[in-house]
Amino acid sequence: MRELDAKTITETVATMCKEAAYYLPEDVYEALKRGRATEESPVGQIVLDQIIKNAEIARAEDRPYCQDTGMTIVFLEVGQDLHITGGLLEDAVNDGIAKGYVEGYLRKSVVKEPLFDRKNTQNNTPGVIYTKIVPGDKLKITVAPKGFGSENKSGVKMLVPADGVEGVKKAVMDIILHANCNPCPPMVVGVGIGGTMDRAAVLSKKALTRPTNVRNPMPEYAKLEEELLAMINKTGIGPQLGGTTTALAVNIEWGPTHIAGLPVAVSICCHAMRHSEKTL
Amino acid sequence: MAESIRITTPFTEEMSRKLKVGDSVLISGTIFSARDAAHKAMTEALARGEKLPVDWQNQIVYYLGPTPAKPGDPIGSCGPTTSGRMDAYTPTMLDQGIKGMIGKGSRSPEVVESMKKNGVTYFAAVGGAAALIAKSVKKYEVLAYPELGPEAVAALTVEDFPAIVVIDSEGNDFYEIGQKPYRRL
Repeated sequence: MRELDAKTITETVATMCKEAAYYLPEDVYEALKRGRATEESPVGQIVLDQIIKNAEIARAEDRPYCQDTGMTIVFLEVGQDLHITGGLLEDAVNDGIAKGYVEGYLRKSVVKEPLFDRKNTQNNTPGVIYTKIVPGDKLKITVAPKGFGSENKSGVKMLVPADGVEGVKKAVMDIILHANCNPCPPMVVGVGIGGTMDRAAVLSKKALTRPTNVRNPMPEYAKLEEELLAMINKTGIGPQLGGTTTALAVNIEWGPTHIAGLPVAVSICCHAMRHSEKTL
Repeated sequence: MAESIRITTPFTEEMSRKLKVGDSVLISGTIFSARDAAHKAMTEALARGEKLPVDWQNQIVYYLGPTPAKPGDPIGSCGPTTSGRMDAYTPTMLDQGIKGMIGKGSRSPEVVESMKKNGVTYFAAVGGAAALIAKSVKKYEVLAYPELGPEAVAALTVEDFPAIVVIDSEGNDFYEIGQKPYRRL
């Protein structure tokens, strides 16, 4: 059985937290440039110019792209033939988050208890960790820090089968129109369809880890992604102050669901569509 | 867009009332950061009849929680946070003499009414442009609630901080005006 030291996981996660905060993925940068080339609003053009310049400064100077360096979502795919030694897997990941956020001068934005005390944990832990056991002996780590300006505008709608495709479109558009200019558009929209309420929500987050220029492999869903993107870009919301570049992509992930249900979850991400992926 | 209007703090009601929605501005001088937890602390202090850590008369509040500064830098990345979360506290704060607010996103009708009454301007900075905005901040000094970390109240010395008037003192709203020509649903 292959062994992997928990310390290696910690070091890797720490590096990934910094990289995710500093370097906007290339596909998102290119999508912003394409948006700038087609943006019709003169104010929208100025906003996009600033956003593109910001991405260039952050990358060149190793600085956080946004001051909200997020709550750290980590997807783990653990090969079932892998043995982790020298510590617990979740501890190793959280130690990595703490190290990355402290060393990388990232903002610590996590409170331990949500309602009464709200005391900052001072190192951005704990992360939100999703673990899946997969075949093989590798560990795939995806670090996706999530800012809360956009997270606060995300939502779930529990549709019924009769609502169909039109119902899904309406559910997504209702959430987008309600979010409006607040989640720092141009946004990337992650949609999870199916499962249970909680599974749909996780699928919508998983959708945000897919590059903006890769469509769903199933043609029906790929077409729905394109249609929703076109609709969102006709809302006028634009890059914060009005215009035609409201979203850069719509990514849909789906899963099996119950005969009575059609859950739809929408995770809105701002233009800081940050993530980092590594396999150990 | 027309050329930017240069503003130097303190920011008086007279200066505020001259600005119109859509105006592009460059702000220089001292502005003060405060966000969720600081707004809660300040409004609770007022309710207890205590004095606030900042004299807000003719000042500009910036809804901000920056990243820590790297060694040698005055501040880390420092873009605006969503202003709407401060709406519940804002009328009380505007009655303290604040004449300008910098943030991002829409405001409640109650805030707009209070802005009209007090002659206040609401500016938007570009959400997420935090590394770029940091270039216009020369000094960051925590004044109160250091235990709140990034949520502390601080004085920021800024030079040509770029912003746009999104709601003016008459209540005109650029989020509405700016979207209308491109709404094609």
